[in-house]
Amino acid sequence: MTEDIPSVENLSGTGIPIRGNDIDTDQIIPARFMKVVTFDGLGEFAFFDQRFESATPPESRDGDGEAVVADDEQKDHPMNEARYQDASIMVVNNNFGCGSSREHAPQALMRWGIDALIGESFAEIFAGNCLALGIPTVTAEPEDVRDLQNWVEEYPDAEIDVDVAAETVHFDDRTISVSVDEGQRKALVEGIWDTTALMKSNQQAIADTAANLPYVGGD
Amino acid sequence: MSSGTLYDAVWDRHKVTTLPNGQDQLFVGLHLIHEVTSPQAFGMLRERDIDVARPDLTLATVDHILPTADQSRPYGDDAAEEMMTELEANVRDAGIEFLDPTSGDQGIVHVVGPEQGLTQPGKTIVCGDSHTSTHGAFGAIALGIGTSQIRDVLATQTIAMDKQQVRKIEVTGDLGEGVEAKDVILEIIRRLGTDGGVGYVYEYAGEAIESLGMEGRMSICNMTIEGGARAGYVNPDETTYEWLEQTDYFQENPDEFDRLKPYWESIRSDGDAEYDDVVTIDGSSLEPVVTWGTTPGQGVGITDPIPEPETLPEEKQDTARRAQEHMRVGPGDTMDGYEIDVAFLGSCTNARLPDLRRASKIVEGREVHDDVRALVVPGSQRVQHAAEEEGLKDVFEAAGFDWRNAGCSMCLGMNEDQLEGDEACASSSNRNFIGRQGSKDGRTILMNPQMVAAAAIEGEVTDVRELSEVVTV
Repeated sequence: MTEDIPSVENLSGTGIPIRGNDIDTDQIIPARFMKVVTFDGLGEFAFFDQRFESATPPESRDGDGEAVVADDEQKDHPMNEARYQDASIMVVNNNFGCGSSREHAPQALMRWGIDALIGESFAEIFAGNCLALGIPTVTAEPEDVRDLQNWVEEYPDAEIDVDVAAETVHFDDRTISVSVDEGQRKALVEGIWDTTALMKSNQQAIADTAANLPYVGGD
Repeated sequence: MSSGTLYDAVWDRHKVTTLPNGQDQLFVGLHLIHEVTSPQAFGMLRERDIDVARPDLTLATVDHILPTADQSRPYGDDAAEEMMTELEANVRDAGIEFLDPTSGDQGIVHVVGPEQGLTQPGKTIVCGDSHTSTHGAFGAIALGIGTSQIRDVLATQTIAMDKQQVRKIEVTGDLGEGVEAKDVILEIIRRLGTDGGVGYVYEYAGEAIESLGMEGRMSICNMTIEGGARAGYVNPDETTYEWLEQTDYFQENPDEFDRLKPYWESIRSDGDAEYDDVVTIDGSSLEPVVTWGTTPGQGVGITDPIPEPETLPEEKQDTARRAQEHMRVGPGDTMDGYEIDVAFLGSCTNARLPDLRRASKIVEGREVHDDVRALVVPGSQRVQHAAEEEGLKDVFEAAGFDWRNAGCSMCLGMNEDQLEGDEACASSSNRNFIGRQGSKDGRTILMNPQMVAAAAIEGEVTDVRELSEVVTV
């Protein structure tokens, strides 16, 4: 059942630094953009209030359906800068993704183009939500993270390699060691991060566990 | 690792197996769903042609997008109407019970679960909402999950989880005048940090916790997630059982109560349980706590000075500087006297009947300040009706508060109830993140319900103990 789940062993791409500790999921995707019944199109609202002056999404669209925003409506934010538009690896600081459990947050980042996050630390629900999408959240020493953020600013077109299996990140001529939670690493590397199929195959054990709980009735 | 705790006992009872990825597969005793985080999960199920495994262990309500004023259908906001319609279709197709606004039982998901008697000790409870930790007040292991995990639970009634460490937080002594459960949890988060709980589940204990009613315990467990811990719980005791016995569910099934009570007793933490960490806080030394910044960890006693960022741990300094700039406060000042524009009494943290009762005592015979718009949004229709029955609505309205219908409302501004521009809001809710209450320039000051009432009257953050009729819990 798991044949179509890709393994996530190595990821390469250019980086984008998002600086600051305790960046919460209300910042990553403000609640007013969650009034939707699918995750489609959330990418353009990622970090919306940090990126735009206006509180409401722009009405005008170009030929591809992309929003057109006047320059004076844009705030200083890495996600607005031309040099980071093709970035796929986000480099963040401490306790990234705290707050609300909304999966809309990693969904918005993924749909903007992010495949992996490197940070000092991540809030747990956020990291779990990323894993469910096959997005690694790897942690590194604060100094290494800051070095990497500075380097990305200087060389926005240069590749970063994230090796989930070996727990290393390669950039410039450096290889830094990073940590990937053991369960996350195994799930990504072996391609077993889609837990629905994995768990559905244990029907008998599920039924046995339920039958042993005094408060659960039968099916 | 911990042993002999409630967390260990409940985990073991619900463990199905260890998965190939190293995580444990846990059976879920109660799955709560609402309109914001569930539609995509139902969509994923349809794509894979999978049915909902246990609709009988699933309960739905609507809370985030619901208007609190005019609730006639279709809703004025098309997006809200679409989400409601989608939820109605999903629960109808799956045969899931739905506490909708016509039921008289609708409300914020973390208020209605306990009201219905479905939040019980020794259950595993999940919901696509981080404040699911609330249900731990009953001795349940209650976890907020993301939408892909909702798909897992709908499909299998199980969830893949890593077991956490257990930190016991013992709050000793009696809480002083005007000090509530909210102040205890704000103090805990202030001390341990917004990421202090990462990797932990919190067990709350000690006389200050044990002497709280269920509503206070819920306020504390509710904001566990704000401290970075995934779940928090209080061991069940007579207070818990009294609540359960009075619910419709157990009134109608008294035999069930007698049958389940031994299980509830059996999962309590042992006297000699081992914890991975223990923290003790002197509850009697606390005063009302308010936030000065833009994370729930940035709190301060109402008479204490706002800290210099340089005196905080290094990783908190930059956040503190930016927070002080956003809030326009300076180190050395107190929050007492900080002018407000809005007073919000509501949310899954503090919108239960005793919360409204205490606030009404402060409001009674007084008037909301001319420059303040104030609203009360009860946590559920049951809370609303009970409060109306005992005259609280009249007290609030006489003072100039707006009395609304139940929902999440201005806690996160997904309906019409939002801050405008740079308004400052004295709020009984749980998050003061920038933009949280609907305006990116809005300013939120978290505090207990009595303090919100006092701020509404005075037009500024006020030490409620300086007003008469202050209530001790």
